[in-house]
Amino acid sequence: MAVEEEVFDILRERFGDAVVSAEASGAHPYAVIKAERWPQVALFLRDDPRLLLNMLRCISSIDMIAEDKLACVYDLMYLADDCGDELITETREFAVRIETPRDDPVIPSVAHVWPAADWHEREAYDMMGIHFSGHPDHRRILCPDDWVGYPLRKDYVFPLEYHGIPGTTEYDLPNPRH
Amino acid sequence: MADTVVEPAIEKGLEPERREQGDVRTEEMLVNMGPQHPSTHGVLRVVLRTDGELVLDAIPHIGYLHRCAEKIGESLPPYQYIPYTDRMDYLAGMNNNQAFAIAVERLCGIEVPPRAQAIRVIFSEFNRIASHLVALGTYGLDMGAFTPFLYAFREREMILDLFEAACGARLTYSYPTVGGVRSDLPDGWVERCLEFLEYFEPKIDDYNNLLSFNHIFVKRASNVGVISREDAIAFGLTGPILRASGVRWDLRKVQPYDGYEKYDFDVPIGEPGGVGDTPRGVVVGDCWNRYFVRVLEMIQSIRIMRQALAELPDGDIMAKKVKNLKLPVGEVYVEVENPRGQLGFYVLGDGSAIPARVKARGPSFCNLSIIRHVARDVLLADVPAIIGSFDVVMGEVDR
Repeated sequence: MAVEEEVFDILRERFGDAVVSAEASGAHPYAVIKAERWPQVALFLRDDPRLLLNMLRCISSIDMIAEDKLACVYDLMYLADDCGDELITETREFAVRIETPRDDPVIPSVAHVWPAADWHEREAYDMMGIHFSGHPDHRRILCPDDWVGYPLRKDYVFPLEYHGIPGTTEYDLPNPRH
Repeated sequence: MADTVVEPAIEKGLEPERREQGDVRTEEMLVNMGPQHPSTHGVLRVVLRTDGELVLDAIPHIGYLHRCAEKIGESLPPYQYIPYTDRMDYLAGMNNNQAFAIAVERLCGIEVPPRAQAIRVIFSEFNRIASHLVALGTYGLDMGAFTPFLYAFREREMILDLFEAACGARLTYSYPTVGGVRSDLPDGWVERCLEFLEYFEPKIDDYNNLLSFNHIFVKRASNVGVISREDAIAFGLTGPILRASGVRWDLRKVQPYDGYEKYDFDVPIGEPGGVGDTPRGVVVGDCWNRYFVRVLEMIQSIRIMRQALAELPDGDIMAKKVKNLKLPVGEVYVEVENPRGQLGFYVLGDGSAIPARVKARGPSFCNLSIIRHVARDVLLADVPAIIGSFDVVMGEVDR
């Protein structure tokens, strides 16, 4: 976990209070960054010679309904770019979490930093209803364009009808979480 | 009779002055390719903006196979969610089961016994061969070569028979599960498997003679849809597509899981034309290299399987204390090397038996996102060649 501690220190030194908190214990260390500073931090994470996290692996959206927040977890990785055709044996990874209020969820887009973010952000918008300001192509990606609601929110109500197609919850087992 | 002039059909509709010039300029046209199209490998729809034979823009539309598998993951305990994971990438069920199992094991701190690890490695490499055989066969079909498809499926059928002997299923296995594998290998399975590898290895030369080095195929696939190293990394491409662009990167080497560090194998990458066996005209990162990296990976998979089968340890196949599993408060993100790239699972536990969030990062989803960038200013006939070389499985793109 020493590597993550170093990244936390670098970020705190450079961005100060933009780093809300840092979670170093556990299997998945991450730093919580303020949403409005995220594009600057993202550029720094990608371009700083000590970090060079040039690959965005995944954006996982989370519904933190108990705290009335939505969040996105960005999993980043360093993939050596100067190795020629040698086998790459070392890497470093880092995760960033951006939290946003549930009633007005907006996170600045980082599609210009990592082009891979384009589809991941569209998926997070489609499934969780988080808006990504400045996204080049802000549309739903998996659901149809006229779909109502965001399926992965915890309070999502399954539609009983879509364009004349009946949907039923009749056979569904009661959700053990409720 | 002598006064009638027979007009060629093509000039009938043109304006008089354009007819004079013999102009065949065309208008831009939107062509809808898919969702039901033989060379989109499932229900992918691509809207092509064309100018004659030239494709100006290709906009992919996905979601036709969306089942919201991530929502299902929030209402089931992990061992019940395992069968849903092999329905994502249905050509590589073993690898998908393994990926989710590893994610839950890391979160709960479960140690998998060595025998179970070795069995998982054998099956994930075996499934990689089966999956790559489909990729090679169907890519031949896209390029108009029917015969290699039949040979590839003949061998794949034998692999599926061996899977059936071990776990009873041919496509949706649910065999690797949280804590190990579901059942031990049946008697004589190891010998049958070694016998198959003995039979299969020379067949790769047959595929090479039939398809890989076939002059027509090489002409058709080389220098088409070239992806540079920088683009591949920026768009988050992984697996054979990243390696075909010249990056020698493999998660099994960088972050070994399930004991991959014990096995000796190489990581093949795309080579420029003229190096080694590579035919002239081939460029690093083109469709031919994406195809051929898969052929080379099958050889490496055979190597890994031989080592694992020779040193198969005895012992348990299941970890202790995986019944009534409670997920601790915490989260984990794990990626494994699937036949198509890095399959990731993000699992968020909240202290109950059911995860609060399961997120799957499908490699095909990320790989497909570059299609608009690559299939631009190419010929219409090259679009199936490019899409086919990505070897997408829509079940995993849409989840």
